[in-house]
Amino acid sequence: MIAAIAFYVIAAILIVSSAMVVSARNPVHAVLFLILAFFNAAALFLLAGAEFLAMILVIVYVGAVAVLFLFVVMMLDIDFAQMREGLQRYAPVGAAVGVVLLIELAAVLSGWKFADGVTRLRFAPRSDTVSNTAQLGHLIYTDYIFLFQTAGLVLLVAMIGAIVLTLRDRTNTPMGSKRQDIASQIARRAEDTMEMMSVPTGGPTMAYLKPKVIEIVDFHGHDAHAPHGDSHGKHDEHSHDEHADEAH
Amino acid sequence: MVVGLEQYLAVSAMLLVIGIFGIFMNRKNVIVILMSIELILLAVNLNFVAFSAALDDLVGQVFVMFVLTVAAAEAAIGLAIVVIYFRNRGSIEVEDVTMMKG
Repeated sequence: MIAAIAFYVIAAILIVSSAMVVSARNPVHAVLFLILAFFNAAALFLLAGAEFLAMILVIVYVGAVAVLFLFVVMMLDIDFAQMREGLQRYAPVGAAVGVVLLIELAAVLSGWKFADGVTRLRFAPRSDTVSNTAQLGHLIYTDYIFLFQTAGLVLLVAMIGAIVLTLRDRTNTPMGSKRQDIASQIARRAEDTMEMMSVPTGGPTMAYLKPKVIEIVDFHGHDAHAPHGDSHGKHDEHSHDEHADEAH
Repeated sequence: MVVGLEQYLAVSAMLLVIGIFGIFMNRKNVIVILMSIELILLAVNLNFVAFSAALDDLVGQVFVMFVLTVAAAEAAIGLAIVVIYFRNRGSIEVEDVTMMKG
């Protein structure tokens, strides 16, 4: 009785919160309702006896996926009001498709039953003496080891893909990270960085060493060594323009 | 008032329909579409767990773990694509995505 009441309450919260996910005005609220929906789905898993999956759902979905959504929603500066424009236009189509699908699913659900002797087709019958987590562990590390490894491979590919997609090489831009280039640092000579300035005095001519104006050194590019002479200023200006273009 | 397989299947069917409705309704916002896909996969998982509980067969739960993995990978890749798309275009409208074709 308690379990039935809990089931109906949790299922109602699950349905309502998932409806709020798709209809919330603010995407941040949508993500928060998604988290609520995941929590209630985990509770339904618990009621069905799948304790390990309930914990996995909370950890993986709420702890990782939903937070990822939250980060992306907050990171991207999106005009959400403009996002809502076509809502009234698309809602009737979506409602029609949803109603048709719901009717079809209800038809399937009403005229459906288990085949005779379906329990003989079970691959891994549940035992009452071993806990759910231990039993799942026994299964995935023995009979379903390839499925487990494939899951790991899928995660590896997803990780590499996400990194490759979003990684930006910013070392060429002025805003990029300043990386050490040992060779060019050692090859730096005093003539490149200091210049002799003569100072007019009343008596004998005096001179002192003054550091040149430091330019942005392109570690990867052409002017790793600062050019000498008259072409210096012109070249430097040109490379500045180039950097500015890249930054935009 | 006993909870059986049918109740679980009904909840899961409703969840699936809400997810598909969300895809149709939020035609412009890719992030909400990704969240709708998560809802659909959650409905699938609920179906698996319900059948697993009804039949006392644990293989359904093993497969739920695989679906969870694929869903997490899909969310990560999808959000990465959204981020680079936003970087290039400054918007995430689905209707502009035709520029991605070759």
